[in-house]
Amino acid sequence: MNESIIKPENLVYRKTPVLTDNVLHYCPGCGHGTVHRIIAEVIEEMGIQETTVGVAPVGCSVLAYNYFEVDMQEAAHGRAPALATAIKRLKPDFHVFTYQGDGDLAAIGTGETIHACNRGENITMIFINNGIYGMTGGQMAPTTLEGMKTSTSPYGRDLRTMGNPLRITEILAQLPGTYYVTRQAVYTPALVRKCKKAIRQGFENQKKQKGTSFIEVVSNCNSGWKMSPVASNKWLEENMLTLYPLGDIKVPTENK
Amino acid sequence: MAKGTIVIDTEKCKGCAVCTGACPNKVIALSSKVNGKGYNYLEMVNEDCIGCANCAIVCPDGVITVYRAK
Repeated sequence: MNESIIKPENLVYRKTPVLTDNVLHYCPGCGHGTVHRIIAEVIEEMGIQETTVGVAPVGCSVLAYNYFEVDMQEAAHGRAPALATAIKRLKPDFHVFTYQGDGDLAAIGTGETIHACNRGENITMIFINNGIYGMTGGQMAPTTLEGMKTSTSPYGRDLRTMGNPLRITEILAQLPGTYYVTRQAVYTPALVRKCKKAIRQGFENQKKQKGTSFIEVVSNCNSGWKMSPVASNKWLEENMLTLYPLGDIKVPTENK
Repeated sequence: MAKGTIVIDTEKCKGCAVCTGACPNKVIALSSKVNGKGYNYLEMVNEDCIGCANCAIVCPDGVITVYRAK
């Protein structure tokens, strides 16, 4: 290591001060940490740390409020969009975001999600989709892929008895209340940069008062999928992205 | 002469190795030693770092600080 380069003026990248110094409780290689960091970087770059309120979900990211140096609230399971609606209506000048997993947003909280998006609340919703219930022990989620093995579908998801995987992002894109709907991933540096741009746009959209911004991040769950972090990212690329293709699903008309 | 270098918070590193694939010059690899939590932490194995910050951008735990000579 070349010690002479380590000077403040040569600094290129450091962990943003909008994240606390607490060690993340997530498993090694989990995409949650990356998404936390890029949200915090967007908040830092926009200079909105004082006027941002986050809403934490139930699931692996239930302790998200320990990691962000912004005001956070913990919602009941699945009810983050309802709580964010209240915060945004009471504090219209604030930037309000929800951070939810697929068990929270696409299972128990489907009603709140759809109605908040249909009302067109001016909030940013960040949805981490890893196709499994990570925190409770890797059970099948609505977003689990066909044939994917989980602890409650040990022979793989059978569509005849267990139903079809839910593509909630496509459903939300149909609603008139959503303004910006996109699907991103964070397993390579290029995708992290793209995802950060999408989250930045989601926050910028709140100033326009035009509707909900919804950012899905397809992520891994190496513990739930029973793989190493690098293998789970490869599996994600080969399997998850066929059902959940990356890209913008609904783009504001003036940006087209 | 190396253009860049990184500083790794070895106690916070969880050894997931997502960053090693992101490095264009194969500068980083997991150590054979372990940190206080028992993870094989990240270390620099050569002097070819260009300070591109790819490793820091994909690190889920934000343990990498990047410097680049101007």
